[in-house]
Amino acid sequence: MTLFADVLIPVMEVNPVPWARAQMAFTLAFHIILVPLGVSWSVMALIANYRGIRRADADAIRLAQRWSKYMAVTFAVGAVTGTVLSFEFGLLWPQFMGHWGEAFGVPFAFEGLFFFLEAVFISIYIFGWRRLKPWTHFWTGVPIAVAGIFGSVSVVAANAWMNSPEGVTLDTAGNVVAVDPLGVIFNGAMPLMAAHMVIAAYLVGGFLVAMVYATAMLRGRRDRYHRLGFLIAFTVAAIAVPVQMGVGDGLARWVYSNQPVKFAAIEMVPTTSSDVPETLLGHLNSEGQVVGGVPIPGLASWLSDPSTGRATVVQGLDTVPADERPTNRQVNVVHLAWDIMVGVGTALFLLTLWYWASWIFRRDMPRSKWFLRCAVAAGPLAVLAMEAGWIVSEVGRQPWIVYNKMRVEDAATTNTGVWITFIAVTILYIGLGVTTILVLRGMNRRYREARRFEETDSPYGPREPAKET
Amino acid sequence: MDTAAALLLFAAITIYAIFGGADFGAGFWDLTAGGARRGERPREVIDHSIGPVWEANHVWLIFIFVVLWTCFSEAYASITLTMFVPLTVAALGIVLRGASFAFGKAVFRQRARRSFGAIFAVSSVLVPYSFGAIAGGIASGQVPAGGRAGDPLHSWVNPTSVVMGLLAVSVTAYVAAVLLTWDARRLSDEAMVGYFRVRAVAAGAVAGAVALVGLFVVRSEASYVFGGLTSRALPLVIISAVAGLGALFLLRGRPHRGGRLAAIAAAGALVLAWGVAQWDYLLPETLTVSAAAAPSGTITAVLVAAGLAVLLIVPAFILLYVLDQRGLLPEEGVDDEPDRGSGADRA
Ligand code: HDD
Ligand code: HEM
Ligand code: HEM
Repeated sequence: MTLFADVLIPVMEVNPVPWARAQMAFTLAFHIILVPLGVSWSVMALIANYRGIRRADADAIRLAQRWSKYMAVTFAVGAVTGTVLSFEFGLLWPQFMGHWGEAFGVPFAFEGLFFFLEAVFISIYIFGWRRLKPWTHFWTGVPIAVAGIFGSVSVVAANAWMNSPEGVTLDTAGNVVAVDPLGVIFNGAMPLMAAHMVIAAYLVGGFLVAMVYATAMLRGRRDRYHRLGFLIAFTVAAIAVPVQMGVGDGLARWVYSNQPVKFAAIEMVPTTSSDVPETLLGHLNSEGQVVGGVPIPGLASWLSDPSTGRATVVQGLDTVPADERPTNRQVNVVHLAWDIMVGVGTALFLLTLWYWASWIFRRDMPRSKWFLRCAVAAGPLAVLAMEAGWIVSEVGRQPWIVYNKMRVEDAATTNTGVWITFIAVTILYIGLGVTTILVLRGMNRRYREARRFEETDSPYGPREPAKET
Repeated sequence: MDTAAALLLFAAITIYAIFGGADFGAGFWDLTAGGARRGERPREVIDHSIGPVWEANHVWLIFIFVVLWTCFSEAYASITLTMFVPLTVAALGIVLRGASFAFGKAVFRQRARRSFGAIFAVSSVLVPYSFGAIAGGIASGQVPAGGRAGDPLHSWVNPTSVVMGLLAVSVTAYVAAVLLTWDARRLSDEAMVGYFRVRAVAAGAVAGAVALVGLFVVRSEASYVFGGLTSRALPLVIISAVAGLGALFLLRGRPHRGGRLAAIAAAGALVLAWGVAQWDYLLPETLTVSAAAAPSGTITAVLVAAGLAVLLIVPAFILLYVLDQRGLLPEEGVDDEPDRGSGADRA
């Protein structure tokens, strides 16, 4: 006991706040990669499943059933990393939860509901291939898709509340005395953020799955099966991209009106003015002046409110005291992340234009190898855009954990051992990520090499008596 | 209303302890099943029995957290501040367990399978122990109110915590063994029926002994809870003991459906007894349910969500269990056929 008190505790006396931030950001950034697969893969599997039953298409059925097996793995990893997040809210931000849990928690109560449904039906769908009737089985997959959408909408509602903390009544000491649950859930930031995230889920999930089949096609596996896998996934993503641009534009305007400091960080605007340029790349130096980059005159003003055009005034960073806005370094992070998100979004938009144009003019997908190469790149790029978007949203809110109501350092735990858990979690998650990819690839290889199975052993096909092992 | 929210919380904890606990207990039997050859068959039964349901069972934990931090955020803040270490252990254990189980099913190579299996098994024991130790710390008043941290070490390394941790491990092992006996019977595997039956009796005996020792520890370390256990909660304690013995009795001869129910009742009554015994404290003798409760708007929202859950999730769960019990969810997907035309194109 004295060993613990005299030796270990002093060693662990490290300021927990930066470590808590790093751990939260890292685990969230990891979890969010699995979310799109959880939300959108089930939809793609259902599309294939529907087609498979309707047109007695064996390739489509095979896709649906393999996808459902991959989903089992990504869903499980998504579930455990999500569970860690719910521990972390308390372990890292106990004061935040103690103070605001009564409001922030409300959307999670509904999220729990949807995750429950998702988990139950995913089990039924994945395990039901062999014995349920085809259409019955198909319908057991539909709740997964619906619950995925509502589940992520609920989580994002909680995050949006941190940006737009409405629906609470405070006493003079700042304690929550009354909560209006609908006001909390449907806070101002929620509709656009939720839409932007759900569409991002389809976009990212679609490109990630399409990436796998594009790789296979580049390696010469251009049979119908791979083509179908590519087409379903890429089409889902190609529908999502233009919608995502529109919603993102609306979201940017919401930020302009409601979180002017974040907007100033996004557009890197040190002082208030009109006719603000949209600066591509570049950064703030230690004096807070814009250095480098390519300015496009007046565009930021124009985009913020097209009705007033270049005369639109954009509030600068200096309108709030330095300790109530992101630091210069954080502004640089936000601005770079913004450039990445919008840049990648634009690139993906061009790629989908190519795809649609080819369908319109040639009634087929582009045949060029370069198209497939771009489609392979689109997978990781879409993930990058989504991560960047979250960094814009989260770092841009600094130093507030609850916008204008609670600062991050007042929210953090006082436990000085967080640096240890950060290291443990990082190692664990790296192992988890690598293993996930290895397992998925191993499954893929096994499918390709599985020659010993009988042709009759297909889903919905004539079955041998169940072999209970 | 505050009471309703607290009941919801305890109901969720009870269900998690039973169903999540049974999954953890199955991991315990996996851990103790012995070498690859000897343990092969028991492990198959275990895999078969928890395959389709584990993920859904595990969501109860999330639900517990959500109800706790939303309706009783002060208690949540105090618990997470004080119990930093065991909660971290539990979180990491859950990651390892869930991931290794999913991976283990997805890989075919024997060696990879075995290492995932080992991780799965060890973490299955670690997690219930941590939760038990946390419950013990709470019961013995180690968690202060007001969002302050208690002793970072003593709060979960103390006699009550140790006993509760061991109790959690042995009770989950017991419930799992009873359920596995039933599953083995469903698979018409008489050898495995006998195998798990012996283990159910052994785990039941250990759990009973730990519970008895626990009563003495609780008497000296957690007097408020002891008072509750010997008065308000006494009927539940008795139900738990009787059902626990009854389940073992019903396992003689051909395993009986009632045996499963009795084992579930034994575990459930035990958890409920703890809740009733420390009523109306969330954190015994420092924080009551009503003092910790959120404003009524929040509680209403959570109760509405819970009502919807009853409407939507209960039927879904029943569907899942019924399909599972009828053997309609035999395995993931189907055995696969090779891709066509893959002779020349393999990269
Ligand atoms: C695949 C991903 C993806 C793509 C292509 C885009 N976004 Fe995005 N964006 C996200 C994925 C994302 C996200 C990860 O989903 C975020 C983080 C928080 C949120 O609600 O959505 C986000 C946040 C986010 C925010 C910050 C919201 C906040 O701070 O609350 C703005 C202003 C935009 N986006 C705007 C855009 C614009 C104008 C785009 C046009 C090209 C765009 N996004 C493309
Ligand atoms: C619903 C979803 C989310 C919630 C509720 C949430 C909540 C939080 C909280 C409580 C913090 C700590 C306090 C703070 O630094 O402001 C935080 C920080 C952070 N989060 Fe999020 N987050 C969410 C999604 C994400 C995602 C998906 C990412 C992915 C990249 C992300 C990136 C970050 C980063 C980078 C920080 C650290 C910011 C800094 O300290 O500079 N967040 N988030
Ligand atoms: C920061 C807070 C977050 C927490 C506490 C959290 C919590 C969780 C939990 C506990 C699970 C597992 C549920 C289960 O077992 O089925 C999960 C999975 C999931 N999360 Fe998160 N999550 C967070 C961020 C996000 C974000 C930002 C999104 C989406 C926008 C999201 C969407 C999902 C979805 C759709 C699932 C279902 C599992 C899957 O489909 O992979 N989560 N999350």
